[in-house]
Amino acid sequence: MKGTDAIAEAAIQAGCRCYFGYPITPQNEIPEYMSRRMDEVGGVFLQGESEIASINMVHGAAATGARAMTSSSSPGISLKQEGLSFLAAQEIPAVIVNIVRGGPGLGNIAPSQGDYYQATRGGGHGDYRMPVFAPASIQELYDITMESFDIADIYRTPVMIIGDGMMGQMMEPITMHAQPPADLPPKDYILTGAQGRPSRILRSLILHPPEMEEHNWKLKRKYDLMRQTLPRHEEYMTDDATMVVVAYGTAARIAKGAVKRARSEGLKVGLLRPITLWPFPDEAVTSIAKKAKLFLVFEMSTGQMIDDVRLAVGGSVECVFYGRPGGVVPAPQEIQRIIERHWLQKEL
Amino acid sequence: MKKIFARPACLKANPFHYCPGCGHSILHRLVAEIIDEMDIRGITIGIPPAGCAVLAYNYFDVDMVESAHGRGCAIATGVKRARPECLVFTYQGDGDISAIGTAETLHAANRGELITSIFVNNAVYGMTGGQMAPTTMLGQKTSTSPYGRRAKVEGYPLKITDLIANLPGAAYVVRTSLATPAKVNATKKAIRKGFDIQRQGLGYALIEVLSPCPTNWKLSSVESFKYLEDVMEKEFVPGVLKDISKEKA
Amino acid sequence: MAVNGMITIDKSLCKACELCISVCPEGAIQLSDEINTKGYHPAEFIKERCKGCSLCALMCPEVAIEVYRER
Repeated sequence: MKGTDAIAEAAIQAGCRCYFGYPITPQNEIPEYMSRRMDEVGGVFLQGESEIASINMVHGAAATGARAMTSSSSPGISLKQEGLSFLAAQEIPAVIVNIVRGGPGLGNIAPSQGDYYQATRGGGHGDYRMPVFAPASIQELYDITMESFDIADIYRTPVMIIGDGMMGQMMEPITMHAQPPADLPPKDYILTGAQGRPSRILRSLILHPPEMEEHNWKLKRKYDLMRQTLPRHEEYMTDDATMVVVAYGTAARIAKGAVKRARSEGLKVGLLRPITLWPFPDEAVTSIAKKAKLFLVFEMSTGQMIDDVRLAVGGSVECVFYGRPGGVVPAPQEIQRIIERHWLQKEL
Repeated sequence: MKKIFARPACLKANPFHYCPGCGHSILHRLVAEIIDEMDIRGITIGIPPAGCAVLAYNYFDVDMVESAHGRGCAIATGVKRARPECLVFTYQGDGDISAIGTAETLHAANRGELITSIFVNNAVYGMTGGQMAPTTMLGQKTSTSPYGRRAKVEGYPLKITDLIANLPGAAYVVRTSLATPAKVNATKKAIRKGFDIQRQGLGYALIEVLSPCPTNWKLSSVESFKYLEDVMEKEFVPGVLKDISKEKA
Repeated sequence: MAVNGMITIDKSLCKACELCISVCPEGAIQLSDEINTKGYHPAEFIKERCKGCSLCALMCPEVAIEVYRER
């Protein structure tokens, strides 16, 4: 199944019945798939007049209790930032998919990882955080998309799924399955018309600073809980690794190939693959930093996740960076050469 | 004696934060009266603007979801598509509906969204201190058009209502004024019809209400209601611009 | 047959906008000398001149006026 189609189908199977989106390459297949499929399940598909309109339609639908989703690519995600801030502020669940392309600006339509900062540091205004998942296979894309609707409901938060152009367009066999059961809290805040109950307000304007402060800390407590429960990562051959490559998404697949090749040459290299970009799997990094002598952070960008790796490492181990921005997708051999170069230079 | 006029049930007893003589206060009461009369409190969902009426949820006793500036019609689209059985209305100022919200408003109308927009036109940006609005009239002085609006520099007052009346998806498009008691009654009838049109599933309903802003017009309340009749109504002519229910009849 | 009416004004809500005064056909309302907690001279009802037409209540932005009318 194609990545974009897997995302759409997983959403449908998770009970998503509202999709609002706008065409932008490389994720057009998602609105196209939804335009056919939503009708089949009696859901709502609407192509909004812009990405801004779409995220606000998601907000409206989710405010009434519907599972709602939108998708876009980098410049369109920039447009949605106001909407994300409002969703986080009013604590409305929603799923937002970013199939990242080359940037900044109009960029190109090739795969990239240049939106890490945008996803994990805001990118909307105000003091909020947002869970961000970075799958690295079509199966993971399917599983995580399905799960993200539950996570959004459990924590009353928007959730972002980061793919890249490669993830979106590539095809792999997957195993579909039913939505795993989850312990969901009651939706006692949704707007349905105030029949037989007091009216409800969903808002984020809190003019009185002490009240606003209380709200900010309440959100922070929620994010702290997420930091405990949500971090996810995968480790490959890190137990005895002297050098550990850190990469996510498509970059991790390439890096895994490079690590395998380097291992066959006798180099003790491993791979740490963050699956959540926020909350970042700090503990995994810290734990590995006790044994490893070098972190090689590989991103398809000029270096954004490296900040989080450095923060988690805390200066105890050196971190070096290798990047290919602009939509260039390197082959594993290239990363292997970089691994070997560092191995020799650092005399590991 | 019999009590013949009192606060509507759907209007919370919170004192209005609006300025003396503000049109919002009257309009809020009218909308609340209509919700009472139609007995639709239990199915109504409202979307306030960013503007003086951002706190509308302190007054309307119905479910409400706050919107970012201008996005009301997009949020209302999501609400109505997810809950078609609900009566969904936006309550928006001139900047909200026809500056930053132009695309969302136009396209909701174009799609014939079954929502009702109450458009409060006072020709200024009230909450932020009286800046120029899309509907500011030529020659009108505001805090960002201190020399008076000049066509060559600032363009013309935007009559979004007239534009929307041309769209097939728009079912009921009307402009009213709050200038006199008779016109206040006519405004109430127009908003009531805007809700009826939605219930009948005929399309998008837009009611533009000319409303005073004494504070930023720097007039007394009584003078500002006179200004509505003498000046604003000449530029923004009240009347029914489109009524699909009459065309179908 | 003359119709008699009466209004009550919640003085704590009144912001002295004078719209009620401007529309009252009987001149039954005036601003009082007292000052309310908001700092305004609230409107007050001059009895014996009201027909219960409700124009004042219709225009009052603060919903401060209730109207009574004799059958």
